[in-house]
Amino acid sequence: MIIVFALFLLSLLVVTALAIVRTENLFVAVMLTSIFSLLMAANFFILDAADVALTEAAVGAGVTTVIFLGALALTAEREKYAAGGGRVAVVVVAILAALIIYATFDKPRLGDPDAPVHQHLAPWYLEKTPELVDIPNVVTAVLGSFRGYDTLGEVFVVFVACIGVLFILGVQPEHKLPPTASISAGLKHHLIPQVVGRLLIPFIILFGLYVQFHGEYGPGGGFQAGALIATGIILYALLEGEEEALRAIPRSVLMGLVIGGACLYGGVGLLCILLGGNFLDYSVLAADPVTGQQVGILLIEAGVGMAVCGALLSIFHAFAARTIRP
Amino acid sequence: MYLVVSLAILVTMVLALVRALRGPTVYDRVLAVNMFGTKTVLLLSVIAFLLGRPDFLDLALAYALINLVGILAVLEFFQNNTRGTAEHEHD
Amino acid sequence: MIDLALDSLSWVLLCLGGIFVLIGGVGALRLPGFYTRLHAASLTDSMATILIFTGIMLQAGFTLATLKLLAIMVFLLLTGPTASYALANAALQSGLKPDADQLGENTAGDAS
Repeated sequence: MIIVFALFLLSLLVVTALAIVRTENLFVAVMLTSIFSLLMAANFFILDAADVALTEAAVGAGVTTVIFLGALALTAEREKYAAGGGRVAVVVVAILAALIIYATFDKPRLGDPDAPVHQHLAPWYLEKTPELVDIPNVVTAVLGSFRGYDTLGEVFVVFVACIGVLFILGVQPEHKLPPTASISAGLKHHLIPQVVGRLLIPFIILFGLYVQFHGEYGPGGGFQAGALIATGIILYALLEGEEEALRAIPRSVLMGLVIGGACLYGGVGLLCILLGGNFLDYSVLAADPVTGQQVGILLIEAGVGMAVCGALLSIFHAFAARTIRP
Repeated sequence: MYLVVSLAILVTMVLALVRALRGPTVYDRVLAVNMFGTKTVLLLSVIAFLLGRPDFLDLALAYALINLVGILAVLEFFQNNTRGTAEHEHD
Repeated sequence: MIDLALDSLSWVLLCLGGIFVLIGGVGALRLPGFYTRLHAASLTDSMATILIFTGIMLQAGFTLATLKLLAIMVFLLLTGPTASYALANAALQSGLKPDADQLGENTAGDAS
């Protein structure tokens, strides 16, 4: 039964990917990329990976589509014709694909309990989580505590990506802004989306906070929550216009969020050293080591959420605040 | 019971995808993406109960909220593009 | 007895919801012109949402899952018609006329 769903969704993925590559209208490609993200999220969902599915839906189908559209507003709508090189690329890809398919013949079946990946580390995580960390969601325990270094690296990657985009696109100084008519005034003149949007924004942000703190008990965590809260504020920017959104949450606050989130994570690690343990060893944060682990995971997830939210909003404003092409 | 509904929703997703690939105007494609989004929410809810895991409903809730933001962003982009070339009636 | 009644009611509601979803899909594919397709997609979306979620809620009983399903249903019923309105408004303002010819090839400013 799962096989039927998986086959359906995977074949739809192939069709969508082919259509994205073959079309030359970039707007169509962006719309199809949004559908692609949704199909991937459904695929992850069927494979029982709920955290990944939530992240893919929130980031891929939500924020990434908006940022692509903002970028598309600054460039042309049709792809420039690129001559040559097609034959060689197809041959190389075909050879590599044949090699990879040949390599999968030795793979164990999906979910096989005798596979090597299920013998050594995975049972250890499943046994030790109730004993050492005691939270129901093992994925968050692995992400936050057992593999905390990797997540620290991810937060700093998000931070560097944000800085990279801001270097390229820059921050427009206030006095150089052209007259207001060229900057988007939002959907201010449409009453119905405005009313419904204003109703929804508090719920989106509240749901983002719920996902943030509920990450220890169900699917959720810092990355998903950051993307959801950024979506809520992007909705406000779409409805009321760029200047209003920048007045409500200025760029300095966003940079503060990004830097604060990354420093919070690193700071928790240093705090653990100061209290006598190793770097990112949360057991020393409280009297009881299990409580210390839970406090540590709570703090670093907050850091991750802040960093992701600030980074996504900075990138969105970097695109949306530039002048629309005439 | 849930299997029948989920198959119906999957077939409709295929039809929406065909409309997205075919649609002569861009608004047809936006319509197809919107339809795809709401069908995804329905599919996620039904499959959550099919697999016996009702605590996966958070994904459906998240996506129901995000769908609107995507569509409004598309229309904002279009409004600014056409407004840039047409007269400024509103401002 | 109550279980049997609830189960059969859920079956009926879910199957009706599935039928509406299919009608919407076929309508979006085969109707001529953008506005007729929008009509098919948005109306059947709302109806199918109500039927399918009511069917699942009857199965879930009085748990937290029912509250979440109610929340999802309310949000879908709020945002679906809003998105359709915004889409129709944008299409009308960019010049797409509702009384285009029957074959579905509209002569609008944004044909791709």
